[in-house]
Amino acid sequence: MKKNTIQKGLLKTYPNWFYLPAVITFAIFFVIPTISAFYFSLTRWTLFDATFIGFDNYVSFLSDPMLSIGLKNTFIYAILTSGLKTVLALPLAVMLTSNIRFKGFYRSIVFFPVLVSTIAVGITFSILMQPNSGLINVVLGSIGLGQPDWLGNPKLALYSVVFVDVWKGIGIATVIYMAGILAIPNDYFDAMKLEGGFWIRFRHVIIPLVRNSTFTIILLSFIGGLRSFDLIWAMTGGGPGFASDVLTSVIYKQYQAGFYGLSTAGNVILFIMVTVLIFPLRRFFNSREIEL
Amino acid sequence: MKLKKRSSYYLANIAVFILLSVIFIIPFIYILLMAAKSSKEAALLQFSLPSQFLFLENLKAVIVFGDYRMFRALLNSTLLTVGSVALIVVFAALFAFVSQRKKDKLASVLMSLLMIGLMIPPAVVPTIFLLRSLKIYKTMFGMIMIDVALFMPFATMIFRTAMSTIPRDLDEASFIDGATPLTIFFSVILPLLKPAIVTVVVTTSVNIFNDFVGPLYFLPGAKNITAPLTLYSFISQFSTQWNLLFANVVVVSVIPLIIFIFFQRQLVSGMMGGAVKG
Amino acid sequence: MVKKLTVFTLVVLMSLGLFAAGQQEAVKQTGPITLTYLVASGTDQNQAGALADGFMALNPDVKIELELRPGGSDGDNIVKTRLATGEMNDMFFYNAGSLLQALNPTETLVDLTNEPFMDVVDDAFKSTVSQKGMVFGVPNQTAMGGGILYNKKVYADLGLSIPKTWDEFAANNEIIKKAGITPVIATYGDTWTSQLFVLADYYNVQAAVPDFAAQYTANKIKYATTPAAIKGFEHLKEGYDKGWYQSGFATAKYDQGLELLANGKGAHYPMLSFAFTNIVANWPDKAADIGFFAQPGTSADKNGATIWMLSANYVPKTTTGAKLEAVKKFLAYSVSPQGIDDLNKAVPPSGPYLVKGAKLPADVLPAVMDISKYIDSGMSAPALEFLSPVKGPRLEQFCVAVGTGQMTPAQAAADYDKDVANQAKQLGLAGW
Repeated sequence: MKKNTIQKGLLKTYPNWFYLPAVITFAIFFVIPTISAFYFSLTRWTLFDATFIGFDNYVSFLSDPMLSIGLKNTFIYAILTSGLKTVLALPLAVMLTSNIRFKGFYRSIVFFPVLVSTIAVGITFSILMQPNSGLINVVLGSIGLGQPDWLGNPKLALYSVVFVDVWKGIGIATVIYMAGILAIPNDYFDAMKLEGGFWIRFRHVIIPLVRNSTFTIILLSFIGGLRSFDLIWAMTGGGPGFASDVLTSVIYKQYQAGFYGLSTAGNVILFIMVTVLIFPLRRFFNSREIEL
Repeated sequence: MKLKKRSSYYLANIAVFILLSVIFIIPFIYILLMAAKSSKEAALLQFSLPSQFLFLENLKAVIVFGDYRMFRALLNSTLLTVGSVALIVVFAALFAFVSQRKKDKLASVLMSLLMIGLMIPPAVVPTIFLLRSLKIYKTMFGMIMIDVALFMPFATMIFRTAMSTIPRDLDEASFIDGATPLTIFFSVILPLLKPAIVTVVVTTSVNIFNDFVGPLYFLPGAKNITAPLTLYSFISQFSTQWNLLFANVVVVSVIPLIIFIFFQRQLVSGMMGGAVKG
Repeated sequence: MVKKLTVFTLVVLMSLGLFAAGQQEAVKQTGPITLTYLVASGTDQNQAGALADGFMALNPDVKIELELRPGGSDGDNIVKTRLATGEMNDMFFYNAGSLLQALNPTETLVDLTNEPFMDVVDDAFKSTVSQKGMVFGVPNQTAMGGGILYNKKVYADLGLSIPKTWDEFAANNEIIKKAGITPVIATYGDTWTSQLFVLADYYNVQAAVPDFAAQYTANKIKYATTPAAIKGFEHLKEGYDKGWYQSGFATAKYDQGLELLANGKGAHYPMLSFAFTNIVANWPDKAADIGFFAQPGTSADKNGATIWMLSANYVPKTTTGAKLEAVKKFLAYSVSPQGIDDLNKAVPPSGPYLVKGAKLPADVLPAVMDISKYIDSGMSAPALEFLSPVKGPRLEQFCVAVGTGQMTPAQAAADYDKDVANQAKQLGLAGW
């Protein structure tokens, strides 16, 4: 009886109007323009006027001979960046929450790249990765390793950008993991301390209990990877040729060319693709969310 | 045996120190070196000490450029960042609080809607038309609302994850004590969300401060220039002054750095103290 | 904590309100007229700035404020977006030819056909800034040659003579390569620079197929099926196969290319002649070493230069009343002898002005004289983009793909034709 009233009252503790500020802002400034974009994707749209042409833009977009490169690169980019960030950030976070020396210093430098603008990072690394005078190759050359053309070799360019993306973004993943690790109640560690060493703790306490953080990181960086644009744009512009083009850079180039309807159609395709990939993933993660 | 263990511990420590320093610090040293060179020397793109140390001269050139427009740019960017982040934190936390607690159909539908915002890039021209019809195109307010809409989904996601670590018993206890929803939210939930808030504030403010495509389209006009757009005056299609470009990078990175230094202790202590045990 | 946050939010919101209000008030003004002028940063900015300064000295009641935009396609977008949303500055500086056509000038720009100052403007130029018989642009730059910039010292040292056919060019390149100098500079880090072998070959294309431009616009002729047109792509491949390009060319920047050319580390640079401006600015003592020759074709007696038309100033329809009058006054000044004088002082000319009565200064660079010789002897033709509105936006990507050995010339030409068809459809041209 008493339990019941509490339950009922608690529902009032979570009033629906708390949604309103977020939902209204989002609806006006994001949903409305996005929905009108759906309409524009069915038009030949020169900014000055729009002619309805049905699904022609979708046909053009999907029959582009270069699209397959862009699609493949998008997947490679998203999977590699989210995978590497997740795998590398966890040990880093464990280290930065342990009692290692210079912890504060490490935390700062790992997070620092997050602070700098993507454009600036892109410019800096494209210079560091110069084939002849770039610092990376000067160092590699002096210890007798080869001097690959990181951004100029069509086979390497995409992976070089992936590396920089991970470098720039790992700070966020690490912070999310650190918060997750610090939220693990001490009792779990205390119980385990009696039984095993570091590896056991890592394997049986940390990994399972930071699951929510892992899901968040995978989801965020996978989505981020699928729609990543500025870094690729600043470093290779999708080149050389088409070698590191991803969907967003293809769409942006069509936009630049003044093919607004066509690029909006590309946007819609990207959106559908992401939805098809992310929603099942999210549902799966949500069903396995843990409460401490 | 013990000695061996200890020395390998030190070796590991040194290895970590060197590895992390090389990976994360060298690029920034490079930026500083470039910013201190003459334009001709910088064009060689080498990692070397400048033959003449022109750091202050280059900084001055960047700041004085165009009637001290750098000051205006920094002011605009700060205003944009502070305004957007303040709204994002309140809006997103309110949303995450209710949606994580209720977990009903409405909550999941709305959450899915917000997730769409994480995925698709904004539609530029329809957004401009919208802002114009609301008479807030080219205003700081309009740009702030756009940034709130674009960056809120990320904040909501972080807050929701953090909410799942705050036990419901706390809400129940406050409810029994007779607290209203607003009091529970502001005096129980928000303080416990502090580590997540710090995370959101740091990441979002840095993203908004450094965002370059948004202001380019939604906040045009010389008066409205923002910090990252100042980078653009030095990258033109046909000529590049690398030394000034990097000096500009240094100037526009100072404020994000201050944000970080300011919040760094809270980022750490907040996470330690704020994490709910048990 | 809670209170602090609320107060903080309130303060922020209030200051925003104040800021917005302050901004709106600033729009109202009396007294002197202020014009805003949108230009690309870089060279364009220097030219526009010099003109504005000269004009303001004579007209103290008008103030011209430059607003800078990025160059390249980002800049194109800003111009288009502002015109479409009615937010364009009082006047702006932009390309002629196919890029102008995409702005829908008859609907967005002020018709300047009957302005008295248009009388001095060259008719050949007018045709590149016109639509439906109306003229929209006023020149404020010189025309440019597109072809091969070469280092005269390298040529003198190795005893080479200027090639008139591609075979002679290839033979020169082998000699240059043996001497340890880069025969052909490529800078694919700035992708636009990759297109010159294809675009500057247009004089040769036209020599083989005289009505190529008209046929091309009408969708009756293709790059892939026209042997003369596919040559440009084959040249890119040949350079890659024979190792003419310097090491690291795939990411090299335009500036690096100029450095190699100016200092004789590279012999040839396929480029537009506006590069002289940068060479003069950065290596003033080397500028006289640079020469220009037209891109060699198949036969020596049919060799000529491809010419790029200058960019121009335009006025959007949103400029009216006293501001429009002031803008017209400025435009008249820009083609007057004083205006040309301002331009000459700001930036060394990289080709002839297309304004009647405008003279090149006596100390003009030798390379500019090289270009003038082609024009004066009638051995020149405008680039395709000034003869046809059709130009595929991804030409530079295809050029890079061929020049880095990722694609064959035939494949690139065929795919580029598809790209072109796409653009023509988007423009709504007849026959596509």
